[in-house]
Amino acid sequence: MRDKGLIFTGLVLFLVLITFPVWYDLAAGTTSKGPDPKLPTAEKDCVAPLEYMRTSHMDLLLSWRDQVVRQDRLTYKAFDGKTYDMRLTGTCLKCHTNKEEFCDRCHTYVGVAPYCWECHIDPALAQRSRG
Amino acid sequence: MAEHTPKPEELSKVDYHPPKKGWMDPHVEFRKGTFCYSALAKNIEYLGMPNPREWQPFDADWKLPPNWKQIILDGMKERLEKYRSFRLFMDICVRCGACADKCHFYVGSGDPKNMPVLRAELIRSIYRRYFTPAGRMFGPLAGGRELTEEVIKEWFYYFYQCTECRRCSVFCPYGIDQAEITIIGRELLNLIGCNINWVIEPAANCFRTGNHLGIQPHGFKDSIDFAVDELEDITGIRVEAPIMKKGAEVLFIMPSADYFASPHYYTLLGYLMLFHEIGLDYTMSAFAGEGGNFGLFTSHEMMKRLNAKIYEEAKRLKVKWILGGECGHMWRVAHQYMNTLNGPPDFLEAPVSPITGTRFENAKSTKMVHIMEFTADLIHNGKLKLDKSRNDHWKVTHHDPCNVARGMGLLEEPRYVINGVCNHFHDMPENTIREQTFCCGSGAGLGTDENMEMRMRGGLPRGNAVKFVKEKHGVNLLTTICAIDKATLPAVVDYWVGGVEVGGIHELVGNALVMKGEKERTADLRGTPFAGKEVKAHA
Amino acid sequence: MNALLSLIVVLVLGALAYVGGSVEGLRTLFGVIIPYAAILTFLVGVAYRVVRWALSPVPFRITTTCGQQKSLPWIKAGYLESPSTTLGVSLRMALEVLLFRSLFRNTKAELRSGPQLVYGENKYLWLAALAFHWSFLIIFLRHLRFFMQPVPAFVNLLSGVDGFFQIGAPVLYITDIVILVALAYLLWRRFRDPQVRYISLFTDYFALFLLIGLAGSGVLMRYFFRPDIVAIKELALGLVTFTPAVPVQVGGLFFVHLFLLSLLIAYFPFSKLMHFAGVFLSPTRNLANNNRAKRHVNPWDYPVKVHTYAEWEEEFHDKIKAAGLPMEKE
Repeated sequence: MRDKGLIFTGLVLFLVLITFPVWYDLAAGTTSKGPDPKLPTAEKDCVAPLEYMRTSHMDLLLSWRDQVVRQDRLTYKAFDGKTYDMRLTGTCLKCHTNKEEFCDRCHTYVGVAPYCWECHIDPALAQRSRG
Repeated sequence: MAEHTPKPEELSKVDYHPPKKGWMDPHVEFRKGTFCYSALAKNIEYLGMPNPREWQPFDADWKLPPNWKQIILDGMKERLEKYRSFRLFMDICVRCGACADKCHFYVGSGDPKNMPVLRAELIRSIYRRYFTPAGRMFGPLAGGRELTEEVIKEWFYYFYQCTECRRCSVFCPYGIDQAEITIIGRELLNLIGCNINWVIEPAANCFRTGNHLGIQPHGFKDSIDFAVDELEDITGIRVEAPIMKKGAEVLFIMPSADYFASPHYYTLLGYLMLFHEIGLDYTMSAFAGEGGNFGLFTSHEMMKRLNAKIYEEAKRLKVKWILGGECGHMWRVAHQYMNTLNGPPDFLEAPVSPITGTRFENAKSTKMVHIMEFTADLIHNGKLKLDKSRNDHWKVTHHDPCNVARGMGLLEEPRYVINGVCNHFHDMPENTIREQTFCCGSGAGLGTDENMEMRMRGGLPRGNAVKFVKEKHGVNLLTTICAIDKATLPAVVDYWVGGVEVGGIHELVGNALVMKGEKERTADLRGTPFAGKEVKAHA
Repeated sequence: MNALLSLIVVLVLGALAYVGGSVEGLRTLFGVIIPYAAILTFLVGVAYRVVRWALSPVPFRITTTCGQQKSLPWIKAGYLESPSTTLGVSLRMALEVLLFRSLFRNTKAELRSGPQLVYGENKYLWLAALAFHWSFLIIFLRHLRFFMQPVPAFVNLLSGVDGFFQIGAPVLYITDIVILVALAYLLWRRFRDPQVRYISLFTDYFALFLLIGLAGSGVLMRYFFRPDIVAIKELALGLVTFTPAVPVQVGGLFFVHLFLLSLLIAYFPFSKLMHFAGVFLSPTRNLANNNRAKRHVNPWDYPVKVHTYAEWEEEFHDKIKAAGLPMEKE
């Protein structure tokens, strides 16, 4: 008794499954190209340096939320001395006007679903539904 | 009891702290009472096995063949290719240690090399060193060890300190079975002539005469005749006990101890009474006069050589099917090996009970039925007249033999029969029965007197469980359906408990069985008066 | 000693990757060449090991029966513990693989004075093993978000469930905590239990430290020293789509994570970690207990020297005759 058929079927199944991303990306025509979020053209400075914003903007936003909601502090003094209102819609989205083309591109790309939008409303969406 | 065996109070002080030196050091001390003597040259010669010589395990020089190392490594290679179990069990152990305190020898001795995981590592370390790239490259760092003569001595010590009971295998997350590793380990040792006489002599006897004890055909007949005479004294009925009768419906196979040892003998009386009462057309055989198979404790090949007689005799006598008596490792072989080794038995018919008409579907290919299945079926169909009160002087508990429990799964039938023939049955704690049953400590050919200390150590868990039911329920009889158990458990219970007898289930059946035309019975098969009949018996 | 040595080895290897990630000439080595080599080793190695097992036959049906056999119709058979059908065997194996059935039986035997041998429940090993393996599987599946574009819905769903409590940002994954606690327990157990410490080899600690290093570096990256994960996904996709490149934004800790992963998967086929495949092939668990109903064939069976009835009768002729037993030849 060897059960070779069964074992080899199992092995092939395993190898196909474990290499599944290769077949999936091949079928989807995926390339290693990044998400390419649409950056604002009017404004050059952000509330923090680019490097920091890329990796840790969620820290900043969460701290803003806590300060505004729980400590009633409304303004933020940035690294370059400028002050900003700690508001997602009013400050961030003022420059990054298009959530879909800015926030969502990266978030969807890496499979992140931030819960910002459970309370906040995407102004573009709001406008569209009003219009 | 051997003179060197320490008292129970001493022996039960077990030190579980592992020694300072690591386990890769192979040195063992052959201390009297903890090992078995070597196989005699004449027995090895008779079986045509390698390297017959005079030697003992405590000798410095084991007189191994000059190329012993090559023999072992070649033997390992061959078995890695022949047994998936062996290769797999060498590869996948993660050393989680779940098996450690499941081994009766570890519980009783505290010797870390008796933990199944480490017993397996003894051979696994050699496998890694000589058969895996990591082990060849990194040696000890990858768990590899050099194969030296010391390692052979260590293997001998520990592979003959494992009773192949499979309890570890129940608890292993991958089902790694130390019995399988021990079987292969012993096979390898046999290649260079390292075996024990308690295994090889019964094997040689069995090969020659048809039974472990070397009883010749006339001796076999005398034993059976004696039993028939004694039964006539007890019951007033002269039963027929056919030997090698051609054309009988059923060939009955039992372990030879049943007709030559005590307390097995009372079980034989029970069989003979039962077969007579139901009018079974059966025969016994002096040629296939042994169900037990010490080949299982030697090598797969020897198992096949010894087992061949059963089908050969069934064919010669033109029986329809085979019935097997109360035995442990005999049933491991009959259930899991026989049909593969020496089948298919096309000349036999699928077993049907001539009394009840029950077809034993589960035995339709091997064509061998366990007597517990057979008798349980009789009782279930109301074919036996039983007076349970004739066993009222017994408070019974039951020891599941390892091989029958974990190599077959026969768990309910014995309990059904016991409850059918006696009123007082109490199981031992659940961690010590059924698939978790503990070995007697003397199986797999280790039941010899020179090994007494180790046997008592191995018997500690079983003894302790018997003690528990003795104290709780007043148990005074330990039944078992294994010939080795019946031979060795008396010593275990005397040592650890005291005041408990050992017997077979068909002894109880024989006590309870009301036979047509029997004279008034006042005592059981042992001559012990029935409860309430004591006065009469004395008068 | 074994533990210390393997800890040092893993630390050195981790440090090597950390440095390697910052040296321009080595970034391709650690980011592309080693991962590719590791994956190749894993795939070829695992296949080789499984084929080796498959080539050794199972000469005998040696099921370990952990329950009542199927015999008489009125006796309830242990369908899962002593299965007699293929379906029963499959379910038994599923229980073993998915829930670690056998490990669940684990007890602790303790010899007290008297002597009195007592058995206690001992489920911690089972719990830790189960927690580790399931967490590992979920974490593995969650990581598919880096290797697949677009990210499949089930991966997002899994991440959502794993981050159900929405603690912090990025949200805390339950499995990240569970895997570290489980690994810590498994390591602690190897130290604390004298028997397990005695049997533990260098390789046992090495695998554990490798896993702890892998999970630890992952946790550090997610919650403390955040890398640019968009760049990381670009690197991962590059590997999967065979257009490898190492974006400038990745470095440091990520290289430690990637290198430890590479080591782990390359180490798989050479180690006990192969139990993940081996368990399916274990003859004591994957065979039905139907031995007497269905014949099992040994492919390498060979004739052996036996003692035949004719030889036996010849040797004991006079004695058989004297005893009056039936004979073939008078």
